[in-house]
Amino acid sequence: MTAAQPGIVVIGVGNEYRSDDGAGIAVARRLRALFPTGVTILEESGEGTGLMQAWQGAAWVMLVDAVRSGASPGTIHRLDARAAPLPMGFFHYSTHAFSVAEAVELARSLDELPAHLVVYGIEGANFAAGIDLSPAVEQAVEAVVERLAEEVRLRDLQPPTKQV
Amino acid sequence: MKSRTIKVDYLARVEGEGALLVKIKGDQVTDVKLKIFEPPRFFEAFLRGRKFHEAPDITARICGICPIAYQMSACHALEDACGIKITGPIRDLRRLIYCGEWIESHALHVYLLHAPDFLGYEDAIRMAKDHPDEVKRGLRLKKAGNEIVRLLGGREIHPINVRVGGFYKAPVKRDFSALAEDLKWARDAALATVRWVATFAFPDFDRDYEFVALRHPDEYPFNEGRLVSNKGLDIAVREYDQYFVEDHVAHSNALQSRLTERNSYFVGPLARYNLNFDKLSPMAQEAARSAGLGPVCRNPFQSIIVRSVEMVYACDEALRIIEHYEMPDPPAVNVEPRVSTGYGCTEAPRGICYHRYRIDDRGIIVDCKIVPPTSQNQKTIESDLRQFVQTRLALPKDKLQWQCEQAVRNYDPCISCATHFLKLHIESQ
Repeated sequence: MTAAQPGIVVIGVGNEYRSDDGAGIAVARRLRALFPTGVTILEESGEGTGLMQAWQGAAWVMLVDAVRSGASPGTIHRLDARAAPLPMGFFHYSTHAFSVAEAVELARSLDELPAHLVVYGIEGANFAAGIDLSPAVEQAVEAVVERLAEEVRLRDLQPPTKQV
Repeated sequence: MKSRTIKVDYLARVEGEGALLVKIKGDQVTDVKLKIFEPPRFFEAFLRGRKFHEAPDITARICGICPIAYQMSACHALEDACGIKITGPIRDLRRLIYCGEWIESHALHVYLLHAPDFLGYEDAIRMAKDHPDEVKRGLRLKKAGNEIVRLLGGREIHPINVRVGGFYKAPVKRDFSALAEDLKWARDAALATVRWVATFAFPDFDRDYEFVALRHPDEYPFNEGRLVSNKGLDIAVREYDQYFVEDHVAHSNALQSRLTERNSYFVGPLARYNLNFDKLSPMAQEAARSAGLGPVCRNPFQSIIVRSVEMVYACDEALRIIEHYEMPDPPAVNVEPRVSTGYGCTEAPRGICYHRYRIDDRGIIVDCKIVPPTSQNQKTIESDLRQFVQTRLALPKDKLQWQCEQAVRNYDPCISCATHFLKLHIESQ
């Protein structure tokens, strides 16, 4: 599953039982309904080494996670992880010692980043126990699903043989 | 009089949220507090009223790093309540899945969380730039452990194939062929890990600890044995509550455990090693000796070597189990509930994990108690810091703070489990 992945890998990260932390998982599930085949869609808890395994061998990776940067809830951040380091602390509501930003930066240190790695961060408001998304986050999830669907379609129009 | 405070508001490279506060007045350490402010999680309360067979899956959710420990302790406790003892290939499979959890948990801690302390890096990301081959080896080792858990548990995180009485589905022998090749690589990698960490510089530190671990007559402990210590404790698991108590302290959301008679104690790899060196496989013993360790090691900073030795053992043991594996059919024994109280204690990567359940005739859980390893080590961590800082007061503050954090990480604290998260304050008023 992780080896030789010419297509696109989308990774939804989060904990669906921690309210807005489930935003990444919600995006993955809705995107799966739009692309039942052709796109590898994974759900991950955010444990860093698991993420590194999940994108291993993939050339085109899009990762979605809830963030807390101080922006207003529902704000969508699009970060090109190849272009610049991810802001540490952005993803730090996670209790994992080794999480999303660390996984990306460790992979960069080891020269093991996918050729394309785009990270969508959805600004959360409520990270307490619960299964409901805040209204602003719910809207952002829908918007990110649309933007990812667009990125997937654009990607599919490109010649598939090129490993950029 | 000059006072100082070392404050770490958010301890990095530990699982969960916590802080450390050290107060120094003149040349005396006056206060050390390991603060755990991750909110309490009430697992014991919401298990009441649930069916006994739900306990392994519910308690697995306590921790994403060591779910197997919770599943195993829950299964053993509930089987004890129902008068069932698991033997043969199901028992072997339980040891095998535990090998997987030790390998993944120890590889994460040795390589990504603790090694940067010894090599002078702020984190594993910076360390990886200078030591890429070692970090890659650590990641692949962790993956080998994950593969065991995935194969037997159905998935890596919060596995779903473990049940009271055994497993829902048992693998067939040929399922292990690819894994066995991975594990042979992993065993060599674990040996290389021992050689690597043995070259680190270790602060000169030890205390007269009471080490507590399981001990079994025939094997290095995972699932079964008596609770023993180097100070005379030798009890059955069901006697735990007579010898150990938990206190609530104001500064921590995790209960602190102590021995009623002798106070703080030490659980985890160092305790297991000191009480069970003779039960390690010859290869693991040899690895320890070549790293300069004798059968007893009292320096908690050297726990990184012991964790590496345990990885050698876990790979070795996993290969032994796979070699002799015969598929259990059925994969679980039938367990009928009865009015009873059951006790279970198994060796999580970080030390003993104790569960007690009282169930009624329909198998409903009436009462339960869960004691994770980190809450048992809290008092020992605080005592270590008190002595450690006292002899290092001349160090510059940033260096002292660094070493304090390193000393906390000796215990690989999993604060998520114990709450019940870590931040460090060294205060000099």
